Amino acid sequence: MPTDTLPALYRLRGVSRRFANPEGAEIRVLEDVDLDLRDGEILVIVGRSGSGKSTLLRVLAGLLPASGGEVCFCGEPVRGPVAGAAMVFQSFALFPWLNVLQNVELGLEARRVPRKERRARALAAIDAIGLDGFESAFPRELSGGMRQRVGFARALVVEPQVLLMDEAFSALDVLTAETLRGDLLDLWLEHRTATRGILLVSHNIEEAVLLADRVLVFGSHPGRVRQEIAIPLPHPRDRNAEDFRALVEEIYASMTAGDGHTPLVADLPDIHRVLPAVSVNRMAGLLETLDSLGNGSQPGIRPAELARSMAFSVDDLLPLLDSLQLLGFVELVDDRVQLSAAGRRFVQGDTQERKTLFARHLLQHVPLAAHIRSVLDARSGHRAPAARFLSELEDRLPEDKARSVLETIIYWGRYAEIFAYDDRRAEFSLDDPH
Amino acid sequence: MSRVHNAGIWLALRGNRQDLLLLPLVVLGFFTLSHAIRQMAVPFSIGQPLPISTEPNALFDDALFTTLRMLAAVLASLLFTVVYATLAAKNRYAGKILIPLLDILQSVPILGYLSITVTGFIALFPGSLVGVQLAVIFAVFTSQVWNMTFAFYQALITLPHDLDEAARLYRLNAWQRFFRLELPFAVPPLLWNTMMSMSGGWFFVVAAEAITVAGHEVMVPGIGSYIAMAIQQKDLVAIFWAILAMIVVIGLYDFLLFRPLVAWADKFKWEIGTDLQRPRSIVLEGLRRSRIAQVFARLLEALWEISLRWLPPGRPHWQDERPPTPWRDGFFSVAMVLALGLFSWHLVETLLRHFSTQEIVHVFLLGLVTGLRVFILVVLSLLVWVPVGILVGLRPGLSGRVQAVIQFLAAFPANLLFPLVVLAILRWHLNVNVWVSPLMILGSQWYVLFNVIGAAAALPSDLKEAARNLGLRGWLLWKRLLLPGTFPGTVTGGITASGGAWNASIVAEVVSWGHHTLIATGLGAYITLATAAGQLDAVALGIGVMSFYVVLVNRLFWRRLYHLAAHRLRLD
Repeated sequence: MPTDTLPALYRLRGVSRRFANPEGAEIRVLEDVDLDLRDGEILVIVGRSGSGKSTLLRVLAGLLPASGGEVCFCGEPVRGPVAGAAMVFQSFALFPWLNVLQNVELGLEARRVPRKERRARALAAIDAIGLDGFESAFPRELSGGMRQRVGFARALVVEPQVLLMDEAFSALDVLTAETLRGDLLDLWLEHRTATRGILLVSHNIEEAVLLADRVLVFGSHPGRVRQEIAIPLPHPRDRNAEDFRALVEEIYASMTAGDGHTPLVADLPDIHRVLPAVSVNRMAGLLETLDSLGNGSQPGIRPAELARSMAFSVDDLLPLLDSLQLLGFVELVDDRVQLSAAGRRFVQGDTQERKTLFARHLLQHVPLAAHIRSVLDARSGHRAPAARFLSELEDRLPEDKARSVLETIIYWGRYAEIFAYDDRRAEFSLDDPH
Repeated sequence: MSRVHNAGIWLALRGNRQDLLLLPLVVLGFFTLSHAIRQMAVPFSIGQPLPISTEPNALFDDALFTTLRMLAAVLASLLFTVVYATLAAKNRYAGKILIPLLDILQSVPILGYLSITVTGFIALFPGSLVGVQLAVIFAVFTSQVWNMTFAFYQALITLPHDLDEAARLYRLNAWQRFFRLELPFAVPPLLWNTMMSMSGGWFFVVAAEAITVAGHEVMVPGIGSYIAMAIQQKDLVAIFWAILAMIVVIGLYDFLLFRPLVAWADKFKWEIGTDLQRPRSIVLEGLRRSRIAQVFARLLEALWEISLRWLPPGRPHWQDERPPTPWRDGFFSVAMVLALGLFSWHLVETLLRHFSTQEIVHVFLLGLVTGLRVFILVVLSLLVWVPVGILVGLRPGLSGRVQAVIQFLAAFPANLLFPLVVLAILRWHLNVNVWVSPLMILGSQWYVLFNVIGAAAALPSDLKEAARNLGLRGWLLWKRLLLPGTFPGTVTGGITASGGAWNASIVAEVVSWGHHTLIATGLGAYITLATAAGQLDAVALGIGVMSFYVVLVNRLFWRRLYHLAAHRLRLD
């Protein structure tokens, strides 16, 4: 490959990122990440939310130090915010009290570019990204798409060698995102920017296949590169082309597999398993959909097709599939999703039968639920404070994740009526609310 | 640069209508200021009475002095806020000391600061009024500064994550970061708290301008001393003039200072969205159109450019993530424990040396009496104003106008009305211990009404519709929707009213008319009398005990209610 002869813009070897939670236990967010961003390429990292890909981006930008391994930018080790990299944020990160021009000038101001030149460059960038006429507008007067254009102008005006994008399109509606992606791609393909490499973090698989020269699939807990997939398609790319669809399905399969049959957190004791925060109603809805789709010749459906038919993004679909698999209501056979026998019974049952079935599966398949229930059974008053379980979870999980797991189990357990929970006292019990 | 140099010529050539008005005003402002400063530094020694006139004409000067004192205090508060809060937010160890300290300092009754410091300030500038002036300004400063500092600190530690990252990625230096990120983000809460502080400050400036220290009446010219003189001379007409002057001053302050500021600060509001009602100010719009203000803005811009060129660029640094320093942390904790221990031991020893146990118990009992008074008053004002506030808040057309009036009433120093109540007590021979009490809540009750109206006006309309749809009516409607829905506002109002009442007890438990002096039993009276007698030890003891009660009530009562309101009864 010709690009291999040029030195990599970013070069990461064995990078890890850990932090200690308040309990003093060590949480691993990134583990042993090797990555190169080559000169002249668009690299897209896809992964589920919480897979540490945003953390990786911050390590690359020099906003966060790596705990281990080496991060090099153009051959130099990174020691703080990298001057040659600019970032575009999911939330736009515009300063609401500065107008468009002032926002774009911000990075130049910090680089002490003289006023005249600063203004000229900012205006040129505003022009290039299609914002002329809005120089004196404040962010709150702009639509989401226009705001993100300001974000791009602000990043590109400092002429970064690398453009880092953190889910830059996911806060926009579908049409706006499409337009903005197209405009960015035009700038890039026509070499109208000084930028030599783009690294985008995304959970949108189609977006990845649309833009990338290479896609890295990220695994979770801890975050690591699971697979590298080259995208050899020429631009402009057609979403409905056969090879496009094949690549999307390949990435989907890669993201679904591995996190399915093996437990989510391979080396954690069972009660610390990360439970996806998914509502019972959505699970029921997906089971019913699977049931209605399941009449075709071949049993099951590919996750990519399922996502398309329900207009779901990966972040919507995969946690749902995970929890249903965990509870034993769906099975994954040859990369295809299908209802299990229990899942079929669930769909056919009435409200009370569903609850009973859900309760049985919850106690059987989710060790944390069984653990809470057994503690409550063992205690004479049948009560236990939530803090007790929370601190058990925090031994191994980050604080917010532990809290979210506990919230999920409270929600599932209340639905299944295997225990009651009093929010005011933050206490589990076996009380009947009636 | 040449632009700024030419600004004067440019201005002379291109003045417009706004400038015709503004220019004389600016000149007039300078004259007034120099006049006031000359007056403020007249020779003075303690015990020598200053000529305070009760002629209505004197009120022009008096109002000016009082206003300037307020302004000086608020500027000092802003300066203190920026330094103190920045230090507390940026340095881990400083934060561990400064924030709890702030919590204690704001619980100390404000007039307590005055009693303790006035002698010190007088000694600092012997033979001049400057010392007393500073003491009064300091007292007002202490009434304003703490919540402003808290607000700024809170803003600094809750900077939006993405903006912080953008600022670091683009390597803003500390100067740029402060003016581009930290200060703008803090402007809305800081301005809101400054307005609240100012509104409370009028009470204290009036109270502080005339106090009795060590048997001597110490007065500085101002509306407060004017009214004190009127009380001595039993001059009801003069009191009426003072009230009128105060109304005018507060109105002007609002019109000339705060309305323009609020309208200007609107652009710093964080929530990106379109408010239908943007605050507006005629004064601000006039200013924006005037050349003088535009030149001023250009000057600031030029200074900003120079600062960019001269200050060193920002150094790249990692996110605030310090390696653990167990040794230093350990040393810090040990030092803190030692200092606290030493301090407490010293305190107990001093207390026992100066006071008998009996006296200490007596002061604590007095505190209970005042506390009981405060409690009853707060409950009464809640009983009255919560229903009224809800009824007003449910009428959208009415609530805005009523709130503006209440803001005005809250700013109006209630101590100007004290003489009227005293007259009533004397006329009908009422029980002093009972009838002096309402004075304590006269000023701060409005916060209850204000907050409840706000909460009621913010009740989501879908909830109101659902309640109507379900046929909720009468008591059931109040129990299930109106009272719980406005509970956060009720608690906020209650906290403010209670704090204000404790503060006011120092001036409200001893009141006079001519040579009649009414003294109620309570801790406030104890402090006032000890100040008048020059017993600094007793003043310190009284203030310490009062702070103790305030902290205790806040921790045990208000904070819990506040948590309940914040977590269980929140409507969002």
